[in-house]
Amino acid sequence: MRGSYGPANPRDRAVCMTNCPTLIVTVGLPARGKTYISKKLTRYLNWIGVPTKVFNVGQYRRECVKIYKSFEFFRPDNEEGLKIRRQCATTALNDVREYLSVEGGQVAVFDATNTTRERRATIMKFAEQNGFKVFFVESVCEDPDVIAENIVQVKLDSPDYIHTDTEEAVEDFMKRIKCYESSYQPLDENLDKELSYIKVIDVGRRYLVNRVLDHIQSRIVYYLMNIHITPRSIYLSRHGESDLNIKGRIGGDSGLSDRGREYAMKLRKYIQEQNIKELKVWTSQMKRTIQTAESLGVPYEQWKALNEIDAGMCEEMMYEEIQKNFPVEFALRDQDKYRYRYPKGESYEDLVQRLEPVIMELERQENVLVICHQAVMRCLLAYFLDKTADELPYLQCPLHTVLKLTPVAYGCKVESIYLGVDSVNTHRNRPENVMAQRSTEDALQTVPAHF
Amino acid sequence: VHGPRELHQNPLRKIWMPRTSNGLPQRPITQRRVCMTNCPTLIVTVGLPARGKTYISKKLTRYLNWIGVPTKVFNVGQYRRECVKIYKSFEFFRPDNEEGLKIRRQCATTALNDVREYLSVEGGQVAVFDATNTTRERRATIMKFAEQNGFKVFFVESVCEDPDVIAENIVQVKLDSPDYIHTDTEEAVEDFMKRIKCYESSYQPLDENLDKELSYIKVIDVGRRYLVNRVLDHIQSRIVYYLMNIHITPRSIYLSRHGESDLNIKGRIGGDSGLSDRGREYAMKLRKYIQEQNIKELKVWTSQMKRTIQTAESLGVPYEQWKALNEIDAGMCEEMMYEEIQKNFPVEFALRDQDKYRYRYPKGESYEDLVQRLEPVIMELERQENVLVICHQAVMRCLLAYFLDKTADELPYLQCPLHTVLKLTPVAYGCKVESIYLGVDSVNTHRNRPENVMAQRSTEDALQTVPAHF
Repeated sequence: MRGSYGPANPRDRAVCMTNCPTLIVTVGLPARGKTYISKKLTRYLNWIGVPTKVFNVGQYRRECVKIYKSFEFFRPDNEEGLKIRRQCATTALNDVREYLSVEGGQVAVFDATNTTRERRATIMKFAEQNGFKVFFVESVCEDPDVIAENIVQVKLDSPDYIHTDTEEAVEDFMKRIKCYESSYQPLDENLDKELSYIKVIDVGRRYLVNRVLDHIQSRIVYYLMNIHITPRSIYLSRHGESDLNIKGRIGGDSGLSDRGREYAMKLRKYIQEQNIKELKVWTSQMKRTIQTAESLGVPYEQWKALNEIDAGMCEEMMYEEIQKNFPVEFALRDQDKYRYRYPKGESYEDLVQRLEPVIMELERQENVLVICHQAVMRCLLAYFLDKTADELPYLQCPLHTVLKLTPVAYGCKVESIYLGVDSVNTHRNRPENVMAQRSTEDALQTVPAHF
Repeated sequence: VHGPRELHQNPLRKIWMPRTSNGLPQRPITQRRVCMTNCPTLIVTVGLPARGKTYISKKLTRYLNWIGVPTKVFNVGQYRRECVKIYKSFEFFRPDNEEGLKIRRQCATTALNDVREYLSVEGGQVAVFDATNTTRERRATIMKFAEQNGFKVFFVESVCEDPDVIAENIVQVKLDSPDYIHTDTEEAVEDFMKRIKCYESSYQPLDENLDKELSYIKVIDVGRRYLVNRVLDHIQSRIVYYLMNIHITPRSIYLSRHGESDLNIKGRIGGDSGLSDRGREYAMKLRKYIQEQNIKELKVWTSQMKRTIQTAESLGVPYEQWKALNEIDAGMCEEMMYEEIQKNFPVEFALRDQDKYRYRYPKGESYEDLVQRLEPVIMELERQENVLVICHQAVMRCLLAYFLDKTADELPYLQCPLHTVLKLTPVAYGCKVESIYLGVDSVNTHRNRPENVMAQRSTEDALQTVPAHF
């Protein structure tokens, strides 16, 4: 008899899980965006379901050397400094091993300069010993404006410089960069031709991609090639209040209520006042988002991928009816709202997969207003604000409120703008009792009021 | 700028569209499938002969058309063959052959005129200008043409010095070319090598500095390495992603539907039923077939529906479930017989026959939606080597259409019968198909387009082509 009969729980295809974990290794002088790329990539991978973690060697160094004095620490002839830095890298790699081999991590991002071939050889040996695939991400940039902006955005507020005035901090950091320059050995077309890597040149003007080995590396390359750092804002909003919202019913394809139409007019006014440069407007293919966009009086694009989560057999039901007709389903959903799939419908997990091309295109674009739905908006918001799968289904995305997201430093600034039009509340919190045998009262404890 | 317009749902595609002030429905609102950039794109290949330019051109064109971007290849060699009826020898390509140069320049110009026609008049979105384009001068001419016509230019250069790859290329696609069809192999190879030499001295590859303002991808050594410069928009980004995922390692893709299901037997569509007895028999036969084929490192993929998983379970090997491979969602018609759809939704039934590709079931999907859903599956199939995909009728039609370059009109009527494996093997510029019927009876689930597709047709006309069922 043949051995395996298929896995006991055949893995749902979310992302092709490579058999061995991947170690992403950044390479580049200071202020080349390595940490920015590391954090952003990690956020993306976690969102699409690939457990990923950043290991920033600078942070290990700060834990070891409590107070940063000056660039002298980084001088290539500072034996004491070199010793500490080597030790920090080793400690970080040990944590990487723990994360990938023991804790179930799939990708680790080793965020450091890694500017010498010697250091990279050490890392590769470590990876080989542990059965990790290595993928290098090098950032090369000589544009002084980009580097200056980088320093302003993320270095001045770093723990290293928090007590230093701006001019001194910049001067010291420039000297810090200089400490690395003489020994910097960029990934080389010939010497490193057996390695798997992407070289990002001048913040994405140009890329060199070498030996992409598998699916996850291919996705990483695609992602890195679509992101940019041009300042812009993303506006997230739900459709205006709908007729089914008022009745406390989920899903469906109803039109706007009077108040929903009022919101659409207020949204139009808000957008006009904001005077946004070349705003793109996206909607789903459901009537209520399109009606909302119609009020704006500007062109918009419909995306089927932005449609609300399909509640399958529970479409157009009230929560009370779901409890009555499918009490076990209702309880299962409260037990694991992210992974729960409606019968003949979708889960939040499915939604994320469906929304990935939307996120990819949002990364490519500049100013965009996305008019969508509660569950969809929660997924998009979770991506931008780095929320976990547990938090995602409970994010607050009330009607008649615009969320303005603006990338800043390593993250995203959120402004919540309530446009002053009343609506029902559609947010149902997780009740205390999630057991299937719970009483109807317990099950409906957190259902929001409706007409 | 206008206020809120009344919305009307297109009955075929189930798309909400505004009515204009005179009451007529607007031209379809932009539907996001692929970002339709405002201006068309001209892809320009660059490279010595036998570097895979035509292979890339055809494959890329097939992919773009499948995802809904109207694309066409303009192969200058073909224009040359139309002009110079009989190919004599490599001498035609000698850099000092004035007559030859004149003809070749004329052919390039004719091809560009056709490009203009396609992109500016016929509604094409992408044109692939497939020629060597090895000199900076020729590329400058093309860029000027593109600028005059408002086309974006994206270069795709293929660089390769591996003699084995070049030799294999010549065997695969040159020996059977019209140029060499009457020449014996040894002579043909010798002549072609001399032809390549004619280009080498004047070849100016895309240069890191001289060409730094251009948008291009340089594919080195059949994908070992890529240089990507100034990707300008969504379509260029998709093109780069696609080119970086394809490979030329020989392999086969096996497409099969699940074994016959209980709902199949009853003539019902959709649902999530299990296999019938004959379906289970098919699964066992499939297992035997796969074992006999002795396929190297075969990956098996299924949908998340019971019938494909049951089929895979019989194989006794690991498999991966893809929700994206689920059958088309028939929405309100799920689990109905065609007779019932005709009874309950006669207009819908007729609309589907009018445009089966774009027709979306009420609260369901269209073939067009399916293609979008399946794009990541196709991308991963390109990355993989030997794969067996166990899926469903509509899904299999979409995948098959991609591999066999079928149009949107043909796609929904492709034959994908139960209990039959389609073995697809890339060869030359296309795909060889072998159909292997594993000898287990089943119902037929293929419904042809009836003659009468009008909404007011009789029940008899509507059900004319419904296949027999129990």
